[in-house]
Amino acid sequence: MSYLARYARFNQNIRFALILITMFVFAACASGGDGGQSTSLTGAGATFPYPLYTKWIAEYAKLSPGIAINYQSIGSGGGIRQLTERTVDFGASDAPMSDEQIEKAQGVIHIPTCIGAVVLAYNVEGVSTGLNLSADAIAGIYLGEIKQWDDPKIKTLNPDLALPAKPISSVHRSDGSGTTKIFLDYLSAVSPAWAKGPGSGTSVSWPGGLGAKGNEGVAAQVKSQPNTIGYIELAYAVQNRMSVAKLQNKAGKMVEPTLQSTTDSARAFAGKIPDDLRVSIVNADGETAYPIAGFTYILLRTRQDNEAKGKALVAFLRYALTQGQSHAGELHYASLPAEVIEKAQKRLDLVTGPSGVKLQ
Amino acid sequence: MKTAANAPSTVDPPAPASFAEKGRDKWGALQGVHWGDKIFHYTTGTFAILVLALPLLMMVMLIAASRLSITNFGPAFLVDTQWDPVREEFGALPFIFGTVVSSLLALLLAVPVSLGLAIFLSELCPKKLRKPLGFFSELLAAIPSVVYGFWGIFVMLPWLRDSVQPALARWFGFLPIFQGQALGFGMLAAAMILAIMIVPTIASISRDVLRAVPDTEREAAIALGATPWETIRHAVLPMAKSGILGAVILGLNRALGETMAVTMVIGNRPKISASLFDPSHSMASVIANELIEAEKDIHVSSLSQIALLLFGVALVMNLGARWLVSGVKRRAAKITASVKLETSK
Repeated sequence: MSYLARYARFNQNIRFALILITMFVFAACASGGDGGQSTSLTGAGATFPYPLYTKWIAEYAKLSPGIAINYQSIGSGGGIRQLTERTVDFGASDAPMSDEQIEKAQGVIHIPTCIGAVVLAYNVEGVSTGLNLSADAIAGIYLGEIKQWDDPKIKTLNPDLALPAKPISSVHRSDGSGTTKIFLDYLSAVSPAWAKGPGSGTSVSWPGGLGAKGNEGVAAQVKSQPNTIGYIELAYAVQNRMSVAKLQNKAGKMVEPTLQSTTDSARAFAGKIPDDLRVSIVNADGETAYPIAGFTYILLRTRQDNEAKGKALVAFLRYALTQGQSHAGELHYASLPAEVIEKAQKRLDLVTGPSGVKLQ
Repeated sequence: MKTAANAPSTVDPPAPASFAEKGRDKWGALQGVHWGDKIFHYTTGTFAILVLALPLLMMVMLIAASRLSITNFGPAFLVDTQWDPVREEFGALPFIFGTVVSSLLALLLAVPVSLGLAIFLSELCPKKLRKPLGFFSELLAAIPSVVYGFWGIFVMLPWLRDSVQPALARWFGFLPIFQGQALGFGMLAAAMILAIMIVPTIASISRDVLRAVPDTEREAAIALGATPWETIRHAVLPMAKSGILGAVILGLNRALGETMAVTMVIGNRPKISASLFDPSHSMASVIANELIEAEKDIHVSSLSQIALLLFGVALVMNLGARWLVSGVKRRAAKITASVKLETSK
């Protein structure tokens, strides 16, 4: 009998569990059903501008409460893939898409949002500040041709510094990264040997050096190991007060990497920036321009699938190009020069609804 | 009773001892059981099928995703040492080498330590210390790997670079495995951090296995005048051998698949080098590093093939270890059989 009694209780428990499960399912369905009033936008892509985009999204939500934007920082490559597969409303990338990629995604508009700069952080025995470097020196170090800190190529740039006769160890990003892409665009632009050798991309076959994960990995390696050099994002270097090298730009001037000199590098390209804004701005001409810089973009399809969403997205981007720019500096991102903003606004005029009619 | 469905018994059993002994229809469903139990039976059965289906589905998905790379590079992918995403040349050998060598080295470092720890905890440790020591060794297993990596970068690497590697180079520098620049980063660092991570796994399971050896074995050995060492060596360890090997397999699995901590200390250079001081790379690391920013289809496909290979390497190493375990079991069975024969004579 006790067996049967136990059985009955067991069945009661199962029934109770089933009722609970059913209730949960209904509750989930009910909550999923309502709340269709506001427009929600989803974006994915570059990790570099993530803090800035988060700030913009939060600020924009105060201005127009009807629009909810969600941005996932999954990396530029992932952003481009998801935009092409139409799983997101906008993508974000540190490097412009290729013609082939744009064709596959059936028409994409690039809107620059801010400018990133790549700086060379160093830790050299006896040199606390004031290291100067040139394009030749950087390419030589990363190619493994310049092996010692007291190499004549570095010495002539730094006559006042006591450079040690120690081997240079170089650090690069092991994870695929837009930062790497901008840095290598620069090396490929200034060094034929680099362009012919490793070339440029988010991940390349490095001739030497150590690979560390993320800005923080490179920074940690530079900080902890003497006589090391590594490249990191300007924002990261500023926040962590790293010693960074001045670079000789195309005009022959030594320029310190700052938000201003980064914006100047985009300004120096004025007149040379194509209408579709897909351009590399490394090795800029101006006297005050810092040479390793690049736009980071938000990508959107030229023909939007949903008119309401398209309008909301364009409105958000117009906010980013105007009021949003003032937040860039606070978060250590270089803002866009006026000429670029003007061009980007014109590009936004081209966005159409599903029928091919312009949105505005 | 066990084949109730095929041979109906004349007397009904009063109550079945377990569901498994109940009758079944031709679909394998339980007969004469309440519907609630049927649902329970099928739900748990579904979970069991999921365990079978998930790895298979994963395998199918990985093969589909790596088709481009498989057709492009063929078997050369396994032996090619170039990894150049810009020129679209991909070869997996440096990553396979890094994963296999770092995991085996980690085992080499970790097994003696964990066995010593397990033997101490189960056989020699004062009773008061047993619980706290066991607790701490299990706590080590619960630390997330990124924390190990963090500690590795800031504590272990400088120590390796400034103390361990120069000492190794001075005393054993004639061996090619201890030559080259002392960077801290590299194969040695990866093997060491893996060893630290798998010690708690191997030690805590081995301790449980050793505790499971019946005390009568120990008492018999002691009665024969064996010292503590002889008791452990001849009475306890032989009985626990297959269980300990199982623990080592679990440790090996953790080492093979470990991604984060390895990436943070291995140096991430896809080159095969004899020296343990040189940077290396691993299969899990390269996927974690490059997948998110891989733009070209062939790059993604090659990374997917690396994942497939990692699956394969883990499978091969597991099967090998299982084969070792079954060998030990077979030999143990033979010995017991011969002992029984002797005693029955």
